[in-house]
Amino acid sequence: MPMHIGEKDFRKRVSKGISDDYMRGAVRSAQERLQNRRAAAAEELGDWEEWRTLGQQIRSHTIEHLDYYLHQLSDKVAELGGHVFFAETGEEANEYIKQVIQKKNAKKIAKSKSMVTEEISMNAALEEIGCEVIETDLGEYILQIDDHDPPSHIVAPALHKNKEQIRDVFKERLNYKKTEHPEELALFAREKLREEFLAADVGITGCNFAVAESGSFALVTNEGNARMVTALPNTQITVMGMERIVPGWEELDIVVSLLTRAAVGQKLTSYITALTGPKQAEEADGPEEFHLVIVDNGRSKILGTEFQEALHCIRCAACINVCPVYRHVGGHAYGSIYPGPIGAVLSPLLSDYDEYKELPYASSLCGACTEVCPVKIPLHEQLIMHRRKIVEDEKKSTLAERVAMRGFEQIVHSANLYRTATKMAPFLTTPFAKNNRITKGPGPLRNWTDIRDLPQPANERFRDWFKKRNKQGGAI
Amino acid sequence: MRVSFFITCLGDIFYANAGKSAVELLERLGCEVDFPPTQTCCGQPAYNSGYHKETLEVAKHMVEVFEHADYVVGISGSCVYMIHEYVHLFEDGSNWQKRAKALKRKTYELTQFIVDVLGIEDVGASYHGTATYHTSCHMTRLLGVKEAPFRLLENVKGLRLIDLPNRNDCCGFGGTFSVKMASISEQMVDEKVQHIEETEADLLLGADGSCLMNIGGRITRQGKPIEVKHIAEILNSRGEE
Repeated sequence: MPMHIGEKDFRKRVSKGISDDYMRGAVRSAQERLQNRRAAAAEELGDWEEWRTLGQQIRSHTIEHLDYYLHQLSDKVAELGGHVFFAETGEEANEYIKQVIQKKNAKKIAKSKSMVTEEISMNAALEEIGCEVIETDLGEYILQIDDHDPPSHIVAPALHKNKEQIRDVFKERLNYKKTEHPEELALFAREKLREEFLAADVGITGCNFAVAESGSFALVTNEGNARMVTALPNTQITVMGMERIVPGWEELDIVVSLLTRAAVGQKLTSYITALTGPKQAEEADGPEEFHLVIVDNGRSKILGTEFQEALHCIRCAACINVCPVYRHVGGHAYGSIYPGPIGAVLSPLLSDYDEYKELPYASSLCGACTEVCPVKIPLHEQLIMHRRKIVEDEKKSTLAERVAMRGFEQIVHSANLYRTATKMAPFLTTPFAKNNRITKGPGPLRNWTDIRDLPQPANERFRDWFKKRNKQGGAI
Repeated sequence: MRVSFFITCLGDIFYANAGKSAVELLERLGCEVDFPPTQTCCGQPAYNSGYHKETLEVAKHMVEVFEHADYVVGISGSCVYMIHEYVHLFEDGSNWQKRAKALKRKTYELTQFIVDVLGIEDVGASYHGTATYHTSCHMTRLLGVKEAPFRLLENVKGLRLIDLPNRNDCCGFGGTFSVKMASISEQMVDEKVQHIEETEADLLLGADGSCLMNIGGRITRQGKPIEVKHIAEILNSRGEE
């Protein structure tokens, strides 16, 4: 599967993440910084909860009427002289993009940041036909020159690297000679990239939001690279996931405000570029040829299901920035280019449970993600829905778990069995207890006691105390 | 005021003291407390693991157990929230859903009940010591009880309460998560214990037995000199150390 990254085995990926102190340090400090900035930006707005509700309503309305808005968008783009291609799969999208590029005899492609092109492995497809694809987002650029290290975060793809590591990558690959100061690193990359922009034959961008009413699309960056990608090459291809659309400019205003505040704690990013079709007769700049590739790749099968709200996501990564599981294991442990809570919800939907069956369980269901989502996706509830589906529809849970849960149900819905079981608990655990603590539990308790002690069940349960007390005449 | 006490399965088996304290406290505050003996577990282990058919049976049992009650008061924010969730398990408009809604309306977490229903913020407790309080995720984020425990603790005479750094972070319990994803859970609980140590408090308090079992179990495993108690035990103290 193209969106898969890293080692196949989930547990190995997790262990690798946990033992990577550099990565964990980088992630911890980035999370703290982003959390604080997000909270400050939300508070400054004053009525954040109302904004979230508005965001939720816009996303919900748009996704409910997705066919209508996609039609409107493609009609508008065609009217403006652009080309629209609906790709049912990633392969179809890549085929179309390759054809456009081959017709132009293009070799050098400048690309701005896009998750959907990661999802469909577009770069690899283009490199196969001999193209050179240059990532122009600083984070993506760093990863690309570091042997295509995969992104570990959907907004800050190189978040797992600290500045010293970035300096070393530049040194090794590009003969960089200066220090690890971010300003020097950025200036160096900027000079390198400037040459690439000028030489590129085709520009490829992602799409933060398409605007259906005018056939436009908006790109949100802090580096201005997307503006260069759309301004310099003669041919431009924009690739969008089919849900990345809003009805009009008023809605764009709201979702972009939510996006920049939730993602990086900014009122607005430095550059928000909105483009409408190819260069028109009266216009001075813009691409002469414009292609919009709308990618389904599993999205339409989510429509109408209990997971539809996952399509509301505006890719701000606020859920990732607050997730304690992500903090400890890092983005690569998820094995998907979509990590964190939203990745754990989306990856099994866009791929399948065979590939991502562990992800819905890689959450303590603490709800921090649900609390910060700017469009109110009930992320932790969606994870429970995945678990339900794995158990009840896919029947993919283990036999031991099914037996245990069946037993649990029998016991707790019969008062008598429950009383017997809880009465037996202290006797059954006595052989394993020392100083009222169990430090090496038998069987299934071991996973618990490998890490922490378990208190020994008391001989007198609460209910025994209460009963005895009532017999003695109740409250004193 | 008549209160039916909901001990929770962990409370019944492991934390009888928390239950005793809560009952005595409620009585001291003027409530008449009964304990429906047929109560079992809220069903959360099955629900969060995706076994919703099994949970439905548990939910029906618990709806019946507490049907007679005026108020149901539990000593775990997470388990109380699970009872609130029953509404979503039953078919919309069904009789069972109506009964689950009625149960939801009268079911409270202990500190929430004292502050919001009884309207009391000073329970007349006194305890000499330095404590920090762990805000459990389900109680704060899902049940929405954020302030009540602090209001009550602030009024405990002699108690010095220290803010827990990064208090909104999960302790890593997460039900079956703690055993299914043990290595991740371990990192989370270690981080939590580290923050607790930074406060230099002698005592960790919380309103959820499950989190306390997780954090407390890690504290004793590491041999740290930090005591762990349920908030009910402190609210019911009358001056003992």
